[in-house]
Amino acid sequence: MATRKGILGEKLGMTQIFDAETARAVPVTVLRTSPCRVAQVRSPETDGYSAVQLAFGEVRPGRINKPEQGHLDAAGVQSARTLAEVRTDDAAEYSLGQEITCSIFGPGDRVDVTATSKGKGFSGAMKRHNFKGLSASHGTHRVHRSPGAIGACATPARVFKGTRMAGQYGNARVTTLNLEVVEADAERGLLMVKGAVPGPAGGVVLVRSGVKSRKQAGAANG
Amino acid sequence: MHKLDLIERTRLREHPDFGPGDTVKVHVRIREGGRERVQVFQGVVISRRGGGLRESFTVRKVSFGVGVERTFPLHAPIISEIEVVTRGDVRRAKLYYLRDRVGKAAKIKEKRQ
Repeated sequence: MATRKGILGEKLGMTQIFDAETARAVPVTVLRTSPCRVAQVRSPETDGYSAVQLAFGEVRPGRINKPEQGHLDAAGVQSARTLAEVRTDDAAEYSLGQEITCSIFGPGDRVDVTATSKGKGFSGAMKRHNFKGLSASHGTHRVHRSPGAIGACATPARVFKGTRMAGQYGNARVTTLNLEVVEADAERGLLMVKGAVPGPAGGVVLVRSGVKSRKQAGAANG
Repeated sequence: MHKLDLIERTRLREHPDFGPGDTVKVHVRIREGGRERVQVFQGVVISRRGGGLRESFTVRKVSFGVGVERTFPLHAPIISEIEVVTRGDVRRAKLYYLRDRVGKAAKIKEKRQ
């Protein structure tokens, strides 16, 4: 496990900005990343692993139950909408209540963004697995969006486990890998990431340094 | 989308007020190799769509008997300047009907002050 930086934020929505060099429009998702504070530091001695627990957002005082409030008080954090942990080797370098800003990332950095995707309900195989469905004509009978065959006949006389069929789609934890940071404005707490991010506007997202970018990990170590 | 205003507002560019029916000169920055020059595209604004940073407008002109339309992002850096030549008197927001008209029928009345 290498060192990894992370921050929690709220998805505000998408827009586009113009790249100064190429004058081209870049699609960006805007994330609000303040206030984000350290709620707990996990160490191998006490917890068996090292990680940083982040607290994001504010909620009305009555909305937090006593045990959670006590947990936050211990870190000197007033309020939190969500807690999330980021596994990292350098967790000991963080202190309780420390404020994390999006300045930990800079333009050009690669990040992974994790969030709960929009729920699509019970969806058919076409929407859920990008199946092609059946033909629109040539005698197809009221099964235009059906998945078609799901297996063979007497051998094996059953449907294999994991066969892709209709079912619940969306409302799951999804990570989009290797997104480019376009801008990090720590003053206003806004992080702009190139491309789309899972979940609805207003949803909580976890931004971590990208696992696919070794250069990023090396820079964090050095 | 109001939440995004705070990002977008600082990036919006100032342009003169213009709308569908107006004849405009759009000064476009063109990069050729290492050099940059400005080309003027003059025509009638036939549509304006979108809002905020994503707003765009379409300019139509007839060049050598061929209709040419260009859609520009309003706040794009490639636009160096927009000049309003004449104000048109039109009753629609989208002047797509101009595509089916040639010559005098495609003329737009000028707005009387």
